[in-house]
Amino acid sequence: MDLIINLALNGLATGMLIFLLAAGLTLIFGLMDVLNFAHGGLFAWGAYSGLWIYSQTGSFIIGIIGAILTGFLLGIITEKWIIKPVYGNHVQQILITLGLMLVLSEMLKVIWGPNQITASPPDYLKGSWELGGVIIIKYRVFIILVGFVIFAGVQFLLKKTKIGLVVRAGVMNKEMVQALGINIQRVFMFVFMIGAGMAALGGVLLGPYSGVIHAGMGMEFAILAFIVVVIGGMGNFKGSVLAAILVGLSGSFMAYYVPDLSLAVNMLLMAIVLIIRPQGLFGAKG
Amino acid sequence: MNNDLLKLDKVETHIGQYHILQGVSFEVKKGEVTVLLGRNGAGKTTTLRTIMGLKPASKGSVTFKGEAIQSLPTYTIAKKGIGYVPEDQGIFAGLTVEENMRVAIQKDDEETAKRMDWILHLFPDLKRFWKKPGGLLSGGQKQMLSIARAYVNENELLLIDEPSKGLAPIVVEKVMDSIIQMKDQTTIVLVEQNFMMASTIGDQFYIIDDGRTVSHGSMKQLKENEEMKRKYLGIA
Repeated sequence: MDLIINLALNGLATGMLIFLLAAGLTLIFGLMDVLNFAHGGLFAWGAYSGLWIYSQTGSFIIGIIGAILTGFLLGIITEKWIIKPVYGNHVQQILITLGLMLVLSEMLKVIWGPNQITASPPDYLKGSWELGGVIIIKYRVFIILVGFVIFAGVQFLLKKTKIGLVVRAGVMNKEMVQALGINIQRVFMFVFMIGAGMAALGGVLLGPYSGVIHAGMGMEFAILAFIVVVIGGMGNFKGSVLAAILVGLSGSFMAYYVPDLSLAVNMLLMAIVLIIRPQGLFGAKG
Repeated sequence: MNNDLLKLDKVETHIGQYHILQGVSFEVKKGEVTVLLGRNGAGKTTTLRTIMGLKPASKGSVTFKGEAIQSLPTYTIAKKGIGYVPEDQGIFAGLTVEENMRVAIQKDDEETAKRMDWILHLFPDLKRFWKKPGGLLSGGQKQMLSIARAYVNENELLLIDEPSKGLAPIVVEKVMDSIIQMKDQTTIVLVEQNFMMASTIGDQFYIIDDGRTVSHGSMKQLKENEEMKRKYLGIA
């Protein structure tokens, strides 16, 4: 039982980190019809900037806030100067965002050096609790809680606020939103900023979880995030959280029980979903 | 004093490589219903989309209340007081009727509340299905929602594209009655294939053929001109 709970917590924590990256990706695709391959770069920048701020200030909370603000800033710059000129052209979007991904990764090496950087949680999140003989690692619980809080926050934003309503309407019919007097461009930037901020938060949380960060981490996680977006249904926010948990849990259990299949399991999962339900588990038929 | 609320002057619009509008000119007088008539593919829908800035004009001018609007983005044009009911109704299928209305509301004031009351009184079905997703409404109810959304703000001009399309005759009558009631409060440009509806509601008409305005006059004149009806509208 101890093992199952720990594998589940591990899977949930990984799932939440992937969710933070995938949620922005799916919202950006749903609303703006943009395939952003640079999203992983924002995740890596969140990790580097946040942990650097953490090391300078000694406060993990300030590090997290710094990472989110870095994500917001990079999101605004990316949307305004990189993505905006290629709206509506998927081939150009893929090329330009892949290029940006490489630039963002290389910039990390220029600023912080090419070597891995070690990271550990703050003292109050180190160690574990013992509940009924089961060892529960504090930092994993912290990531899961942050993931759920962010999920609930974004759900609240989407369901209970006017801007959320406009975002949902924009996903369904961008043209009509504009014809109702709403500047969709501003909504695009807002969504891009929120998505980038969530990715950066995921990055800074990953550091102490995995123990090290490196410039290539963005691409590694971006692939998982794309798998999650496909499984959950392109553009479906709720689908992204459930698919992320599914991917996290399956990766965690397979890594323990069938280690040879642990790397392939996500691809396998995606292939099965694509065969049975090509629009994704929660996506609408297109 | 010039009574024109909207004026199009030699407007040309390209969609990709196609030259759809090749010289559309007309004037819309305040308080009137101007009907754009013509065969399928003549350019009536593109004319409305060009006014809204959804397919910007490549030549010519669109003037609203004396101000050139042809280069403005769609949302600015809408905010200037033009409501748009597209041919496909543009309903947000996953949002409830209430949410569809909330997206549309630009000002949360007493005047908007009054207009909302008036429009819900006109279309009681919308109130009945207030919490139902827009995608589950019938064709007629979707049309009512689309018109209500355009009307709820204090728009001085409504552009309504083929409101009778695909609707049962009894629903067409209901939609027609509602537009007649709105006539007293706002100016309307109506694109309509249903001549009975167009001739009942319209004050003046413009015929668009092959992307050009080819004729205009009062609706009374058109009703009496059998040759024009046959030539441009295919009505025997």
